Amino acid sequence: MSSQVFTSWGRVLREAHEVVGLPSRHQPLSLPASGASVLPFGNGRSYGDSNLNPGGALLQGGQLDRFIAFDPVTGLLRCEGGVLLSSILKLVVPQGWFLPVTPGTQFVTVGGAIANDVHGKNHHATGSFGNHVTQLELLRSDGSRRLCSLEQNADWFAATIGGLGLTGLITWAEVQLRRVANPYLDTESIRFHSLEEFFELSQASERDYEYTVSWIDCAFSGKRLGRGLFNRGNHAPAVLDVDAVPKGLPAGIATPSRRVPITPPVSLINTLSLKSFNTLYFNKQRQDVVRSLQHYRPFFYPLDALLEWNRIYGPKGFYQYQCVVPPERALSATRALLEAIAASGMGSFLAVLKQFGTPASRGMLSFPEPGTTLALDFPNQGPKLHALFAQLDRIVLDAGGRLYPAKDGRMSAAVFKAGYPRWTEFTSYVDPRFDSGFWRRVMENS
Amino acid sequence: MRKILIVGATSAMAEACARAWAQRGDALFLAARNAPQLQSIADDLKARGAQRVGSKVFDANQFDQHAALLADATRFMDGLDTVLIAHGTLSDQERAQTDVPYALGEITTNGTSVVSLMSIAGEQLAQQGRGAIAVISSVAGDRGRQSNYVYGSAKALVSAFASGLRQRLAKKGVHVITVKPGFVDTPMTAHLKKGALWVKPEQVARDITRAIDKGGNIVYTPGFWRWIMLIIKHIPEFVFIKISL
Repeated sequence: MSSQVFTSWGRVLREAHEVVGLPSRHQPLSLPASGASVLPFGNGRSYGDSNLNPGGALLQGGQLDRFIAFDPVTGLLRCEGGVLLSSILKLVVPQGWFLPVTPGTQFVTVGGAIANDVHGKNHHATGSFGNHVTQLELLRSDGSRRLCSLEQNADWFAATIGGLGLTGLITWAEVQLRRVANPYLDTESIRFHSLEEFFELSQASERDYEYTVSWIDCAFSGKRLGRGLFNRGNHAPAVLDVDAVPKGLPAGIATPSRRVPITPPVSLINTLSLKSFNTLYFNKQRQDVVRSLQHYRPFFYPLDALLEWNRIYGPKGFYQYQCVVPPERALSATRALLEAIAASGMGSFLAVLKQFGTPASRGMLSFPEPGTTLALDFPNQGPKLHALFAQLDRIVLDAGGRLYPAKDGRMSAAVFKAGYPRWTEFTSYVDPRFDSGFWRRVMENS
Repeated sequence: MRKILIVGATSAMAEACARAWAQRGDALFLAARNAPQLQSIADDLKARGAQRVGSKVFDANQFDQHAALLADATRFMDGLDTVLIAHGTLSDQERAQTDVPYALGEITTNGTSVVSLMSIAGEQLAQQGRGAIAVISSVAGDRGRQSNYVYGSAKALVSAFASGLRQRLAKKGVHVITVKPGFVDTPMTAHLKKGALWVKPEQVARDITRAIDKGGNIVYTPGFWRWIMLIIKHIPEFVFIKISL
């Protein structure tokens, strides 16, 4: 066993952890002799401390990266928990299949996608990742193994989907993929000038478009508040207009090759860069509506093309704030959030707005629920930023919403418990040897 | 499509090579000691696109099984054109210094068993007049060092044997490749502290598959080890005995 410094995607925490290898899914877990707690660590794309275990050990989940079976006729895929979504796409897209749900990066593991019950741009149509898992195996620290599905060990299934890796190790899982005719998407980008317009566009698009998501400008208040670009798309049909296929693809995007080479001494994100970037980005397209055929990589994973983009926030790292607020309060709460952020001058250019739909999440602690979700990055600016977060927390809680643990590095125990009323039920499924920095924080005083 | 036998298929380097071959639709036959691990790798390679995947539980120290392995692999794939020999153990040098049977066992696993397999595979490929044998030796075989000379001397045997075999079989259309990895981050080396010279098995696999495809006789991987070892080999012995490497 060795020790290694780990940081999560937001790079705020840098902590040495004991490391425990996982050479085979057939072996029992090797646990630290010290009695320290463990936590599965996949590819490190969670933002805060839900994937870190300071003072404890991390199980190297990425070592379980084998496929078990793929049926190209039914699209049923069984693989180990450490397989990356990018490996799945590489295997199945040429055979006419696609992930049923994908988050904004393909560099997450299947185990991580389940443990955070990740969502994508098609939540309104198909729910989150856990809704497409047909079964999984859970390995506990006592050596017991449970096959979990809707039929078998259904309670463990519900605890493990969105269970933040705390219920045990997901050694393997089975996922039902969805058919596609080719790697392309038929997309539209529409400029909108207000939040009302966003909600109208969302509602109008939900029936006819599988994927919808918006970039929203959070740098300005007043007249420009709530302006943005609405993106929607569908998988392209089997018969493609050859002239419309983007030239030079997919070779040009075959592998992400650009990398942020160094961490700049200070964050490159500040009020000035933010305002100019957002103005440029909002006006990047000449027409109000632009239709195009896009390869799936730039459409779903625009940021994956720039490896280690998290470095641009400088050595202090950044926080992401992602919340969901229920439909009845969505407009007023979202406006209040944007106003508070614009007034602080601290927002990000990666602000994302999306309507979640009605498909019910399966996990006890799943984040998605019907309503509107807003996600923003904030360079770590210490107390000033935490004061803004406290202000945002109040708006979210007043509206009956909650925050996303996968993106969180700071919410209080009270905010967590208010957002996730099933937490008490969940605690009985937590493995006695498993723990995380996040979990210790939100379980304080209970 | 190639027909490839991999001995020591559960080694991280071998598995990384096998994934690259599976993806291009080759036929594979895997041999290793650990049955469940062997099965999961075989399943994985099948899913990744290997045309056929066979496997056999195999202990390289049972020399009387070597010929049968080659025969099984050839029968299963209906031919054989590439052999990758990748099995081995990382010897505990300190134990080997006093435990002679252990030291000889390590030499058998990492040295003479490889010699046996190379000989049998070499004859079969020579008879058909084509094919390639890639064998994983080590930079540790280039010069015996106090920190791991038992492992190193077994690898030196492999390197010297491969060199002679290559010279002989080149005239018969058979290509022998000696692979000399440096520090590779694998389960075998999980307990060791990692530094800047360490690489992932995928990088080693890229060098191995390229050498088999495009030719290449002695492959240091990553390539900078050629220069490191050039220096280490040329340190005069009277200086060498005074330094600790």
